[in-house]
Amino acid sequence: MSSTTDLVANATLDHHHTHDGATAHGEHPDFRLFGIMVFLFAEGMIFMGLFTAYLTFKAVTPEWMPEGIPKLELLLPGINTAILIASSFVIHQADIAIKKNDIAGLQKWFKATAAMGALFLVGQLYEYFHLGFGLKTNLFASTFYVLTGFHGLHVTFGLILIAAVLWRSRKPGHYSSDRHFGVEAAELYWHFVDIVWIVLFLLLYIL
Amino acid sequence: MTSAQLHATTHAVTSDGVPIYRKWWHYFTFNSDHKVIGIQYLVTAFVFYLVGGSMAAAIRTELATPAPDFVTPEVYNSLLTLHGTVMIFLWIIPAGAGLANFLIPLMIGARDMAFPKLNALAFWLIPPAGLMLISSFFLESPKAGWTSYPPLSLVSGQVGEGIWIMSLLILGTSSIFGALNFFVTLLKLRVPSMGLNDMPLFCWAMLATSALVLIGTPVLAGALILLGFDLIVGTAFFNPTGGGNAVVYQHMFWFYSHPAVYIMILPLFGAISDVLPVHARKPIFGYRAIAYSSLAISFLGLIVWAHHMFTSGTPAWLRMFFMIATMIIAVPTGIKVFGWVATIWGGKLPFNGPMLFAIGFISMFVIGGISGVMLASVPFDLHVHDTYFVVAHLHYVLFGGSVFGLYAALYHWFPKITGRMMNEPLSIVHFVLTFIGMNLTFLPMHQLGLLGMNRRVAMYDPRFADVNLICTIGSYILALSTIPFLINALWSWIAGKPAGNNPWRGLTFEWQTTSPPEIENFEELPVLTVGAYDYGLGHAYTETVGDRQQNHRHHEPAPLAHADSVSPTEPEVEVAVVAGNGHEAPGNQKCPLPANPDAAVQTEPEPEIVVAAGDRPEDRSHQE
Repeated sequence: MSSTTDLVANATLDHHHTHDGATAHGEHPDFRLFGIMVFLFAEGMIFMGLFTAYLTFKAVTPEWMPEGIPKLELLLPGINTAILIASSFVIHQADIAIKKNDIAGLQKWFKATAAMGALFLVGQLYEYFHLGFGLKTNLFASTFYVLTGFHGLHVTFGLILIAAVLWRSRKPGHYSSDRHFGVEAAELYWHFVDIVWIVLFLLLYIL
Repeated sequence: MTSAQLHATTHAVTSDGVPIYRKWWHYFTFNSDHKVIGIQYLVTAFVFYLVGGSMAAAIRTELATPAPDFVTPEVYNSLLTLHGTVMIFLWIIPAGAGLANFLIPLMIGARDMAFPKLNALAFWLIPPAGLMLISSFFLESPKAGWTSYPPLSLVSGQVGEGIWIMSLLILGTSSIFGALNFFVTLLKLRVPSMGLNDMPLFCWAMLATSALVLIGTPVLAGALILLGFDLIVGTAFFNPTGGGNAVVYQHMFWFYSHPAVYIMILPLFGAISDVLPVHARKPIFGYRAIAYSSLAISFLGLIVWAHHMFTSGTPAWLRMFFMIATMIIAVPTGIKVFGWVATIWGGKLPFNGPMLFAIGFISMFVIGGISGVMLASVPFDLHVHDTYFVVAHLHYVLFGGSVFGLYAALYHWFPKITGRMMNEPLSIVHFVLTFIGMNLTFLPMHQLGLLGMNRRVAMYDPRFADVNLICTIGSYILALSTIPFLINALWSWIAGKPAGNNPWRGLTFEWQTTSPPEIENFEELPVLTVGAYDYGLGHAYTETVGDRQQNHRHHEPAPLAHADSVSPTEPEVEVAVVAGNGHEAPGNQKCPLPANPDAAVQTEPEPEIVVAAGDRPEDRSHQE
């Protein structure tokens, strides 16, 4: 937009404040978090589709588990699950910190979350290399890798969000107790990734 | 410097008084203005419509004779695949999104969408995805139909199929971003005076559509990811030879693609609900019934997908469920149709572009709807599955429904989008050609289907030759019919009669601002004081801003008895707020108006409006 139109926008804004301020531009209650929730709902529907596909494959395939799949080891994925669930509580500490204007606290807890997320991904990769079946071995193996891989992709993206918040938080005043949408968005996304994993874990390892 | 003076200096005006807020090249940039994005969507979609239409013409030319003499069967299969995909994903869905982009913020009194940059991104994903899709025709073209059922899609035209999947994933992302924006905008950005039940019906329809996109499209993305793995990596999710299950793909595909039918028709249901009352000068019949039936259609639309799979080995008890659920959808749809017919019943109907297409929409859609109920019946469907009866049905719904609805909407809102009127005789020629062409093309297909002619095959039994020739002739008329529209749109955009703010004298917010709408839409955000459809209810009818501004601007004798009761220097907005919903007393003070009428005088020199508005028959009838 040109500078003149910006001027107009501002003039219009001033106009509003004098008349009916409630309707003025920029004075809507913050709807960005609602937008993130709607987006996460759509994301959740992809996982819903994939989960349902997995359950259907399981239901209609005559022999499940297919031959050649050893009993899945539970120890490593169990530890991984514990790490991821714990990280959700850790990242919430960052939210509490920023609400007290504690930037150092925010950075500390976000770094801890990132470390736990990275640990989860390393554990996941370790499991991939020691499973004894590959992506194309059979239908179960394919769904296993696609589902966990797709989730791993989301963990990676969550780590990028956390890194972005950390990067921005270096600038003093970027986040404050009443202005920290980025922190909340990253936290919400992380919780989402966590919940998806819990469902995934139950479906693939327990059921 | 007052805001009025600022406004007066920020935009150019053409020699005949139409304001210019944007340069032409703005429309080729990553611009976050919802109006620019709306026009970008509509124009891009129409270009793809012409591409998809050319493919249809090629298909019909091939089918003019029983032998595959115009194109080879392979090319024919590519053509029908791309025709379906282009028309659905690059024409009707983006065109609906374009309308929504342009109209939603204007209709609810917002200055833009909730997430303007995401909105621009959603649009700019479309051209590259569209070009990718069309480029696949010249590589190893996809040949498995727009449904891409495996295992067929895994063994024919793999390169093109890969491009098809990639392109649809991008288009799906665009669609989700768009829907997210509509959903949040509609729920969070309405002016405070507008409750959900005050929204224009187009907004209700878009709310229902967005919900469907947000629920359905991700599942299609899931299916396409798995199909892509099968195709590119060689897994066997849907490949029976590797232990997979092809029917699971069908379930996932139709879980999106049946709601997609409603994603394509619901926005136009909404548009028609807004076009009819304005031109019939009557309140909408059953506002809440029409509004909530959109939600009912959305919900039911999510639980009927397997009626596309009655012949796919679906168990009998499941078929029974889907048959009944599908038939129930006729109820909310019927409620809408009755609402529309009751709205125009007894109205003084002008047979202009928007109204002709709106009435054409109702009649054609009813035919498509009835054949839809026939197809929902399992024993009938088993006989006509994969025949031309299905082709006839879907084209009555998607052409007679969606495309007619889009034309009605374009004719109706063209003056708002461009600031200029379209040529009326040309729009009538366009309608007549379209109506004849469409019925000549698709009506005989019912008969072909009942006689057992299979769809998606380049050759057919010579006994079907005569009827097919009729269809082909009809399709040529249909192709011709776009020419008067194109001429009309292009010519009117450049040199049409200036429309003024409110040529149809509509009551919804989009008519209460300039045409084309100014940057940020409203000088002063409007306050809702009259219902969106309060036509013929006395007070509301005479209170459109167009009337008021003209009276003030030209200081002419007011055509309406009480028009001069308002001082031109008094800001009325505060009065309006106090007056609440404003249904009790007549009087001009309850208009959604800029607070400073002088500003309007300086920015909108539109001498033609007075004549244009006064000329209309409904004006005369009301003054009696």
